[in-house]
Amino acid sequence: MSDYNVVIGLEVHSELNTNTKCFCSCKNEFGDDPNTHCCPVCTGMPGALPVLNREAVKKAITMGLAVGCSINTHSVFERKNYYYPDLPKAYQISQLEYPLCVGGHIDIEINGKKKSIRLNRIHLEEDAGKLIHDNEGTLVDYNRGGVPLIEIVSEPDMNSAEEAVAYLEKLRSTLLYVGVSQCKMQEGNIRFDVNISVNKDGEPLGTRTELKNLNSFRAVTRAVKYESQRQMDVLDDGGKIIQETRRWDDNLGKTFTMRTKEDSQDYRYFPDPDILAIDVTDEYIESIRKTLPKLAEQIAKDYVSKGLSIQDAELLTLRKEYSSYFDEILKYFDEPKFVCNWITSEVFKRLNNQESEDITIPVSAENMAKLLKMYKNSEINQAVARQVLDEIWQKDSDPTLIVESKGLKQMNDTGAMESVVQKIIDENPKAVEELKAGNQKSMSFFIGQAMRATQGKANPKLVTDIVNKLIK
Amino acid sequence: MSYLDLSLREVRDLLVKGTVTSEELVRECFDKIKETSDLNALTSTYFDMAINKAKEIDLARKNGEQLGVLAGIPIVLKDNINLVNTKTTCCSKFLENFVSPYTATCASKLINAGAIIIAKANMDEFAMGSSTETSAFGICHNPIDKTCVPGGSSGGSACAVASKQCFGALGTDTGGSIREPAGFCGVVGLKPTYGRVSRFGVVAFASSLDQVGPLTRTVEDSAIMLGVIAGSDEHDMTASLEPVKDYTIDLDKGVKGLKIGVPKQFFNEQLKGEVREALIKALDTYKALGAELVEIDLPSVDTALAVYYILSSAEAASNLARFDGVKYGVRADKYEDLVDLYYKSRTQGFGSEVKRRIMLGNYVLSSGYFDAFYRKAKRVQLVIKKEFIEAFKICDVIVSPTTATPAFKIGEKMQDPVSMYLSDIYTVPVNIAGIPAISIPCGKDKNGLPIGMQLLGKHFDETTLFRVANAYEKSTKEGK
Repeated sequence: MSDYNVVIGLEVHSELNTNTKCFCSCKNEFGDDPNTHCCPVCTGMPGALPVLNREAVKKAITMGLAVGCSINTHSVFERKNYYYPDLPKAYQISQLEYPLCVGGHIDIEINGKKKSIRLNRIHLEEDAGKLIHDNEGTLVDYNRGGVPLIEIVSEPDMNSAEEAVAYLEKLRSTLLYVGVSQCKMQEGNIRFDVNISVNKDGEPLGTRTELKNLNSFRAVTRAVKYESQRQMDVLDDGGKIIQETRRWDDNLGKTFTMRTKEDSQDYRYFPDPDILAIDVTDEYIESIRKTLPKLAEQIAKDYVSKGLSIQDAELLTLRKEYSSYFDEILKYFDEPKFVCNWITSEVFKRLNNQESEDITIPVSAENMAKLLKMYKNSEINQAVARQVLDEIWQKDSDPTLIVESKGLKQMNDTGAMESVVQKIIDENPKAVEELKAGNQKSMSFFIGQAMRATQGKANPKLVTDIVNKLIK
Repeated sequence: MSYLDLSLREVRDLLVKGTVTSEELVRECFDKIKETSDLNALTSTYFDMAINKAKEIDLARKNGEQLGVLAGIPIVLKDNINLVNTKTTCCSKFLENFVSPYTATCASKLINAGAIIIAKANMDEFAMGSSTETSAFGICHNPIDKTCVPGGSSGGSACAVASKQCFGALGTDTGGSIREPAGFCGVVGLKPTYGRVSRFGVVAFASSLDQVGPLTRTVEDSAIMLGVIAGSDEHDMTASLEPVKDYTIDLDKGVKGLKIGVPKQFFNEQLKGEVREALIKALDTYKALGAELVEIDLPSVDTALAVYYILSSAEAASNLARFDGVKYGVRADKYEDLVDLYYKSRTQGFGSEVKRRIMLGNYVLSSGYFDAFYRKAKRVQLVIKKEFIEAFKICDVIVSPTTATPAFKIGEKMQDPVSMYLSDIYTVPVNIAGIPAISIPCGKDKNGLPIGMQLLGKHFDETTLFRVANAYEKSTKEGK
């Protein structure tokens, strides 16, 4: 079984964060009441005509440049014709023969091994509406209809679920760094289709299947593992893989046939006569290239020059949410190394417990900076810092007020601490003996007791010093 | 004599002078509409709305307010042009009860110029036809001979102008749908350059060929109306940024020194009988007026009809796919599932000519046939366009008949789609090339049926078309 190669190509749809829709002036906004961002154009009223949103073109080119695509100066919109209630014109405005961006690559790294995944193209198209099923039937919300999407198509250059997810992570991070998409998986901002086949060394590529309905990185990992195994099992049993589209069922953890090649749709693409071809000048492309925001690699380099290790810099730039947060905290509290350690430990730990793969850090950078400042200045100890973080993670608020009102400030008063420690020494002669015998574990006992006696406010370093002094 | 016998420009002069009020004109039009209702030219009328608007304009005029160039003049729209809160049926059962949520740019421009929209006009279903016989709401009759068709697809618009129900109308022209009915009804019909008039709000048949244009009693009226509806539009990317001219400016300049192109492909043995005689006479008139006739060659023009039926049907199949029974229009009463809903709604909602075009269009776009049909037709289109551009290097306008024969009998061609399609043989190449063309009356046959002459112009040179057309119109007694 292990002698099979798995071959994976990905198609990623990402909604662009333009102000208005791709072909009309309706707002591009998620979460409002159904059918409140609609007009004759995006609901396909008879006689309505699309007018191209230049901002969408610019954002698509921006992404293309960020991943090394060449930009076609002549690009054409085509109609992809098919019937579905979420598609009010019964065709989707998309691109086929002349997409905006071609080529390019996304570089990934797994366990220190670098790999470049080639891109086939990036094209611009419009999103469909959304069907809402309830007991009485099916309703359609056209708010999302006509929102600009880019489709990023890779070559079949990935060979494992890990590579696929590393590619998606990198792609997502790039979309966020160049600022063209929100990439919120829960809102359907970014969606994935996986093409997958298996073959043996020296043999031509196997027949591929396309997997749909993958809404998270976790789903991609599971689906790739399931589907590659399924294909290997079919081949090992002497069967054949049928070229088809399969639907991933996240609850059952299985893929199911949606449609085979025989009943695949004929989309009857042709150039949309309502939309003029996009002709962009080289000057325009260069002007976008010049204003490209910094990407992960460049930001990581900046971090290293601020004194972070390469590993830490890469960790922080894995996702834009991390590095933006880091940058923001530094504005209030310029201690890069200290802040980085805290983010990669305490913040990451809490993010890992979040259910969603969309990252939301619930504590404002300003409040986080205040907390870290208190910790760094020994106004609070680590235990208190964690405890307060837990509290403001639940409800973002000013940590200095919490420390103040709950009296959590660290006891740095040597005289007061000496009497506390003396009392512990007097009550625990056995522990004193052990410490004197060289058992350093006993020191933790003293610190623990001191914490208990001070409701966690003792400065552990001060306690250690005093214990050492008093038992001499 | 009635005011209705006057041209749009003449009645405008009387309105300005105060000889007549807009309300009087609206009432006269509605009397005429009632009197000629058997023609079935109109699908909806807006008496109350029109009277109120007329009173408003009369009052404004009395108060000395600045008014638009069409202030107070009753106008009719073809029933594929959206006007907010009114029905836009496209004369299809599918849209029988469809009420427009918005107004087309061309209609807004008319209204902003003070025009009073009094009605919408009958047409072939979704503008597919050359006789107005495919209308779901009954055939329209030719006002000169009721046993004949008025032409199509803008048959209702032409009929309304010819029968004096209004002073001008808008039609749409994809392959001859303004010019052919203008020719059959003896009025003036202009198909402007593609992109000259916004298509926003005009229900699309074939987006790359459709163009809105006026049907009027005179060439001058046509020029006045084009000046109102022409221009760029932020809602239509295909509407040209080319500046709008005063199209009346060269009307009286005459044709002395102009070169009129006579294509040998149009003046061949296929052009017969009274139409041939009428055209030859018209050419003589132009010569007498000082124009020079030059023979021109359009070697590929005979392929235009084939190109047209491929491209227009392909675009129509896609444009009409939105009529699916989900959002508006006909939805079948009973259906099993989604596909059945589509199937039954479309089967019930569309007439047979529309279905024929949809099938043809989907066929030429389907995988395996796309290159042989659609792509090839696009290439031939470029050739035809180039030939016209070449021809216009040696002439200022090109002349042809509008149709090979005068209006045919109702029912005569309904069973033979190809002979119906051939009605557009002289008009279709104009849409394929994207150039402007005007049809003007050019005599009558022995039965009194009008004969149409078509003049073809350079891209965006409607001014010269009006000039040449007006010279002929003035030289004849008819046209007024």
